[in-house]
Amino acid sequence: MLSLIIFLPLAVAALLAVVPVPDRVARWAWAGATAADLALVVWLCAAYESPAGGGLAFEQRVRWIPTVDSSYHVGVDGLSLPLLALTAVVFAACAVYGLREQQRPRALAALFLALQTTCLGLFAAQDLILFFVFFDLSIVGMYAAIGGWGTGRNAGRSALQFFLYTFLGSLALLLGFIGLFLAADPHTFDIPTLIAAAPLADAPVAGGFVLAALLVGLAIKTPTVPFHTWLPPAHTDASAIGSAVLAAVLLKMGTYGFVRIAMPVLPGAWQAAAWVVIAVGVVSALYGALVALAQTDVKRMIAYTSINHMGYVVLAVGAAGLAGSGTAARELAVTGAVTQMVSHGLTTGALFLLAGVLHDRTGSYAMRDHGGLARTGPVFAGLFGVAAFASLGIPAFSGFVAEFQVFAGSAGATAWAAVALPGILITAALFLRAVQLMLVGPPGGRSIGFADVRAVEAVPVVTLLVLSLAIGVAPWPLLDLIAPAAETLVGLVSR
Amino acid sequence: MQQDPLALLPELFLLGGAVATLLAGSFLPQQRQWVARLVAVAALLGAGIATALTFPGGRSRDFGPPAETVFGAFVLDTPTSVTRLVVVASLLLVIGLGVAELGGQVRESETYALLLLGGLGAVVLAATDDLLVLAVGFLLSSIPLYALVGMSRTAGAAEAALKTYLLGALAGICLLLGVTVLYGVAGTTALPGMRAGLAGAPAAAVAVGTLGVLAGLLFKAGGVPLHFWVPDATQGAGTAAAAFLTTVPKVGALVAVARLVDVLPGTLPWPLLVGLLAAATMTLGNLAALAQTDARRLLGWSTVSQVGYLLMPVAVVGAVSDTGTGAGAVPALLTYLVGYAVTNLTAFAVLAARPDARALGDFRGLARRHPALATALVVGLLSLVGTPPTAVFIGKLTVFTAAWDGGLAWLVVVAAVNTLVSLFYYLRWLVEAFRPGEQPGAPSAPWATGAAVAGTVGVLAVGLGAGAVTALVGG
Repeated sequence: MLSLIIFLPLAVAALLAVVPVPDRVARWAWAGATAADLALVVWLCAAYESPAGGGLAFEQRVRWIPTVDSSYHVGVDGLSLPLLALTAVVFAACAVYGLREQQRPRALAALFLALQTTCLGLFAAQDLILFFVFFDLSIVGMYAAIGGWGTGRNAGRSALQFFLYTFLGSLALLLGFIGLFLAADPHTFDIPTLIAAAPLADAPVAGGFVLAALLVGLAIKTPTVPFHTWLPPAHTDASAIGSAVLAAVLLKMGTYGFVRIAMPVLPGAWQAAAWVVIAVGVVSALYGALVALAQTDVKRMIAYTSINHMGYVVLAVGAAGLAGSGTAARELAVTGAVTQMVSHGLTTGALFLLAGVLHDRTGSYAMRDHGGLARTGPVFAGLFGVAAFASLGIPAFSGFVAEFQVFAGSAGATAWAAVALPGILITAALFLRAVQLMLVGPPGGRSIGFADVRAVEAVPVVTLLVLSLAIGVAPWPLLDLIAPAAETLVGLVSR
Repeated sequence: MQQDPLALLPELFLLGGAVATLLAGSFLPQQRQWVARLVAVAALLGAGIATALTFPGGRSRDFGPPAETVFGAFVLDTPTSVTRLVVVASLLLVIGLGVAELGGQVRESETYALLLLGGLGAVVLAATDDLLVLAVGFLLSSIPLYALVGMSRTAGAAEAALKTYLLGALAGICLLLGVTVLYGVAGTTALPGMRAGLAGAPAAAVAVGTLGVLAGLLFKAGGVPLHFWVPDATQGAGTAAAAFLTTVPKVGALVAVARLVDVLPGTLPWPLLVGLLAAATMTLGNLAALAQTDARRLLGWSTVSQVGYLLMPVAVVGAVSDTGTGAGAVPALLTYLVGYAVTNLTAFAVLAARPDARALGDFRGLARRHPALATALVVGLLSLVGTPPTAVFIGKLTVFTAAWDGGLAWLVVVAAVNTLVSLFYYLRWLVEAFRPGEQPGAPSAPWATGAAVAGTVGVLAVGLGAGAVTALVGG
């Protein structure tokens, strides 16, 4: 079942790539495939029960390269299922948004469906090589999405920078994986086996080097300071749905790698490096917020708030490694981190889609070019306002639930986590400033004659925001899903 | 020791095929030379089937003493059989991608005969465990190479042939000198006896002899410092000849280097020295490829850098057999060779299908006009980078693992950085292929396109069916 979810989009993508169907058919096939996949994921969530003893559900294992003990091994647990669901939702939203796409829609649909398979596969992978396969292919797919459908003048250059930078990260990751493989006895790439064995527990130096390779690889993908420089140009030049997928799903691969691989496989090294991770998280949160405050381009601003939001996740997983502090607080931090990944995916996805609408109408992302959009485009202004408030963490939206847990948990582990708190304040300030510059006041600049949001644009944005609202109002289903896995993870990382 | 000539049936097929092709070509009229092609293909199929039927069962992780030999000089083990298969499959692809280019040419049948003889030389290089036979194999694979490079009769080809010949002659002399010195200090030319013979020998003499033999083999492999002929020959020769010379001789030479390094004594740090050669080869090849604007020359330099990665398991071949750990250097080498051969030939098949496209800019509009070729180019070049799930990714994975396990973690880091650098120039080519532009309406080359598609399927099959490949090479 899980494999069907992973490979259904790829199968449709292959069909679309080979069969020259009309553009209209291609667009609807894309939307239909993502909807079917989303329905399957919803079924999966409904049928999911937290496995006893921290195991995996819907597990499947097929021989692949037995000589290095690498297999096609997939399964879900409370850490991966929320992200699988997020992936299906975001890609479905992008497919609906893409129903208006005029530029080579058949190729675009095939590309995004293939990209969806890599994202779903990565979050389900329970084998390091399988994880790496999907990790690398997602980079190739995103490169094509930015380079082929980017809106900016420098799309080619930004795409190349994105590819090179994240490919460097993937190579560091590969080195780390090989290190783990060689350290395990018997050698294996299987993640659950590696977690049970916890290799390099007795070799702090080697463990430190392997963890450093993993951290660099994952930090580039996340991205955290100082490896974030590829992100703003990539977002600036990507198309609306390219940006939405990049921010909402692809960035999660980095932080998911922390909780899936780095923390449980190298608990000793993670504990030793916990303060470094916390520091990187705090700096990312503050730096991302401050730089976002200085932006005049709304898309770059959203990109930098991503760095800020992912900084909270990094802070929380770092705090989870402080073995001396209370277990409950650290479990709360991990739950908050996973919730934040989902929350950030929903709200930032909505924001990037709205930024795409703006660019589509006025050809500009500059905040100064717009003013008084509340009058000329009331629906757009309403949606943007709601998305901005959801993103800055106002109660009743998912961001509040996530960030509250991140800070409550992290501060329970170490009081230093409070240093990152001003990040929330700065984020609130910058979103309010954006709202003030673009939405209120008399219409001016390019806002005059603004054609308001169409249905195919509104439906995906509203869906994402409603989901964020639902999590904010009734977080329990999601938290009940994550909490057992967070408990298992904290137990593993405290070994 | 076995004396059964039938054990060498694949080699006999290649030799007999070369002779039969030549004879058939001599007696056939110009417009019916395709019969010679059929003869050559039949011989290759015979060699392939004979190899498959005699494939050694069981696992042989590394070169060990119990391998069966014929005439005391020809080892029948997994590396030999894999080399035979790779050479036969490569030659079939080379002939396939060259149909349009070679068909109806004055020297068509001679070209096929030379291809078969060159392939035979590569197999002999890889299979022998006697340095004298190694010297014969060197000549057998070199002389057809010179002729193939110069076959296309252009000014560039003439220059490339001369360069190849001069460098090859120098390398051959070095090889013979090295063999002489090693024989002098070890008292034997057989590799199994050399392990004991060299153990007590003076280190300086062993170094001179080994470096001499290595020089000869590095020329064949196209490794630093004897790589200068590779880019010139790739650019100057015909596409089929270029595809051949960047694939087949490398396979034989690298297995031969591995057999030699395996028996070297520990009096000198050979893993480090070969590791440095590997690092220099991959780095130089990559840096030189960065500035290329001609697709053929770019691929030529790219093959140099690939030899660097292929030398990584060679460097640790001795280290691994001592401790008996890890995924095994020899299986890693063979896996990479299989992946490299099919990938490289896929890229050359794309070149063969667009014979008029020389500069990278000439490939503009390829994706729109020839989507199958563009797909082959994407898969081939991404495989050369080492992107999963392609053939070279599996090769890189096993090779990196083996090198790290053998104690050369620094070399793995160097290789990873080089992989990143290589992305620059492969992407430059890919971007051109996807830019809008006009492809000149040259006649389509169905055979070359077919070879490109077959290669693409092969690249993905090796990557996705990695379990079967690693089992085949005895990992």
